[in-house]
Amino acid sequence: MADLYKRFGGGLGTLFLVIVASWIAGMVLAPNVMMIDYALRPNLPPSQIGGPDDIYSLDNILYLANESVHRAIFYKTVWASALVAFATFLVCYPLAFWLAQNATPNQTALVLLALTIPFWINEVLRTLAWYILLAFRGPLNAFLLGLGIIDEPVRWYGDGGVLVGMTYAYILFMLFPIYNSIESLDKSQIEAARDLGASTWRIHWRVVIPHAKAGIATGCVFTFMLAAGSYVAPALLGSPGSRWFTEIIYNWFFEGGDWNRGAAYALVLLVLCLAVVLITLRIARVSLAEVAK
Amino acid sequence: MTFGATRAVSDVSFTVEAGEFFSILGPSGCGKTTILRMIAGFLEPTEGKVLIGERDMAGLGPNQRPTAMIFQSLALFPLMPVWENIAFGLEARGAPKAERRAKADELLKLIALEGYGERMPGELSGGQRQRVAIARALAVEPQVLLLDEPLSALDLKLRQHMRAELRSLQKRTGVTFIYITHDQSEALAMSDRVAVMSDGVLQQVGAPRDLYDNPATSFVATFVGETNAIPGKVSAVENGVATLETAHGPLRGRVGDGLSTGKTGKLYVRPEALRPDGNGENALTATIERIDFEGAFALVHGALAGDTPLVASISNTELGSAPAIGSSASFGFKSANAVVLPDG
Amino acid sequence: MSASDRLMKALFGFYMIAFFLYLFAPLAIMGAATFNVSRFPTVTPWQGTTLQWFDALWADRAMWKSLWTSIAVAFFVVLIALPIGTAAALLLTSLHARARSFLYAVMVSPLLTPGVVIGIATLVLWRQLGVGGGVFLIVVAQASFISCYVMLMIAARLQRFDPAQEEAALGLGASKFMVFRRVLLPFLKPALFAAGFLAVLQSIENYNTTLFVRGFDTPLTVYIATKVRTGLTPAVNALALIMIAVTIVGAVAYEVMRRRGAARQGGVTGAEGATSA
Repeated sequence: MADLYKRFGGGLGTLFLVIVASWIAGMVLAPNVMMIDYALRPNLPPSQIGGPDDIYSLDNILYLANESVHRAIFYKTVWASALVAFATFLVCYPLAFWLAQNATPNQTALVLLALTIPFWINEVLRTLAWYILLAFRGPLNAFLLGLGIIDEPVRWYGDGGVLVGMTYAYILFMLFPIYNSIESLDKSQIEAARDLGASTWRIHWRVVIPHAKAGIATGCVFTFMLAAGSYVAPALLGSPGSRWFTEIIYNWFFEGGDWNRGAAYALVLLVLCLAVVLITLRIARVSLAEVAK
Repeated sequence: MTFGATRAVSDVSFTVEAGEFFSILGPSGCGKTTILRMIAGFLEPTEGKVLIGERDMAGLGPNQRPTAMIFQSLALFPLMPVWENIAFGLEARGAPKAERRAKADELLKLIALEGYGERMPGELSGGQRQRVAIARALAVEPQVLLLDEPLSALDLKLRQHMRAELRSLQKRTGVTFIYITHDQSEALAMSDRVAVMSDGVLQQVGAPRDLYDNPATSFVATFVGETNAIPGKVSAVENGVATLETAHGPLRGRVGDGLSTGKTGKLYVRPEALRPDGNGENALTATIERIDFEGAFALVHGALAGDTPLVASISNTELGSAPAIGSSASFGFKSANAVVLPDG
Repeated sequence: MSASDRLMKALFGFYMIAFFLYLFAPLAIMGAATFNVSRFPTVTPWQGTTLQWFDALWADRAMWKSLWTSIAVAFFVVLIALPIGTAAALLLTSLHARARSFLYAVMVSPLLTPGVVIGIATLVLWRQLGVGGGVFLIVVAQASFISCYVMLMIAARLQRFDPAQEEAALGLGASKFMVFRRVLLPFLKPALFAAGFLAVLQSIENYNTTLFVRGFDTPLTVYIATKVRTGLTPAVNALALIMIAVTIVGAVAYEVMRRRGAARQGGVTGAEGATSA
């Protein structure tokens, strides 16, 4: 703090301090504190707010625990998000490895550019593209029918559609961290392993993946968090039978009219994501500073 | 200018004359940069004072002192053209643009870079950037110019060229230069006077010739120039000549600071003072191990009894009469060309 | 080459084709559907080639309104996020290790918070203050996390700054304000432009956070998502196609700018990178 003033003088130093303080306190901390406050209070008509019934309790969170449908959707969201992270990893790993170790600089530049283009396009449009592709009378069914692979159109919307759409949407969040971490692996390590007679599987399992651990953890953490907090993919590509936890939260706010319960659900989602992030990073021994690159 | 401080550097007091080229020489980590930064005002001494002229600099920031500094990295502003770099100090003083431009052009002429004003620093060579950094510092007409090893990033040839250029710039402008370096040949070649430092302690201040011929401490004797050190015990001190009892017999040299009979000490004699023909009041017998040909001269490496190394320098015209490798030879030296200093 | 090597190569080739098909086929089909006469956007069956959906988009007043909403939001987000991100990055570099890593964790936490939660938290705080959803809240909610991206980009640039430049300027008599204005700010300028560009893109793209704080305002992403429910026509594809074209042009321009900047800076920072004793 003293260094800030020493470097920029009283005027600028104070200005910077005030700006950062209003951001952290007013835009990051205060909203979350208020959300916790909402989550712990009952939903009351305006006349009773501040009255004898307006007391803190865990009722809203316990409601989630006791509501079997919501609870099931919550668990589904957790494991499905983990599945999305895993699927995205499987899709990205071979390409990341090839880019980092085998591609020529020109190939790398070209592929990275090709990859960035869909990344710059926003999530709603990316999801919309899948919505059109997977439609009941859409191109994918027409294509498969034409090839004779299926006899009648398949309803792709639902869990499968959500999984495919989310994997698609988060490819880059997985690919780049893995690519960066594999790139720093000395090629001679792979050659040494091969020279010692290791199979391709063993080389990846014992040499490459342990080296790329930090990148893989980072990619998985981001993908999981984005998937669990996604609204647009389940809303567009889902079916009534494949509801996502964020949709329940949305309904509490804008259809059920119970903001307190909605805030409680959002709090549960936040805690889940932070826990997954922190535990994964701890297991992989990655620091926050490495993640935010 | 008087100076005194403690801790990272302790009890360092010296005075630099106006218009002098003054160097502070010492190995890295000896505290020389700390001193420079205190003079510039980036650091405040915990004790002691910095005076420039008669003025006490205490409490004045770097932007209020009549000093300008040239950094090791040069710290040119990469996004400003050369002329704006040079005129930056005038801009800080609120000078109008025409005046800034005129001053920049004048200084560009001084450093022989006329017409380079619109270039960006990134487009200049290493030596040119060096000169721009000097011009930028001179533009504010400082009383004292502080230079923090500005030549260390240059290659040898350019470094030697820049030495001459710095020296001539200093003479032409008459500004006091305080120059920091760990390179003793740089300090000896350029400076009017040199202060030698070690471990935060000032060892000696003097003209280059003086440091070389009359080192005040054993550190100065070994750090400045090549030398041979022969340990022993002082048996007599008379008429400015000390006698040291060594493993190679009694040797005589001039009396150094703080020497008295009975103390342990070393006799220091330069390689070029050793004569392979054995002439001189003292003699040392060594077995010749190898001869390194260095061009204008050659270094004869030998070993005294007990494996104490000895190095003598002979000019290449004498090479024909040099002793053969493996043979035993006697090296003589005059007492006036050696100095005896106490240990510690 | 052994048989197993050939198999691996074939497998990898197949994987690469599948990967890029997966990556681009949906976008290509979405784009192509713009030119199909069919009322529902598809390419099967192809009912005839037309440009009518661009006209339909042009005539869609709701779309234009949502576009202006998005642009206004992006403008204010940049206006807020740039100073916040810059001040945060500068504050971080002026702190000691311990305080720095703590503050850093707090500052990047919005990046690890699901977007819907950021929207909800902002919504409940401001309801308490009597402010409902709308453009103002969209700006506040988006700026709260877009500032993180700005902070990271500015901090990355600051790492390459030679602090001796500030000392040199001070030593030449500049005031601290002048050092900031003439030395540090110009150095940060490329990063500020890049961060501003990224902030605009992030803002216009955002859906999850915006959805909760939009009130009765409808930015572009919300408009598109709503269209899916209320009657999707290829006019939306036309919009998507235009947005994709604009983003590609923007992305390429950004890359070119970044590379040119890197090339021009390279010479100076490389040669002046000497460390001090």
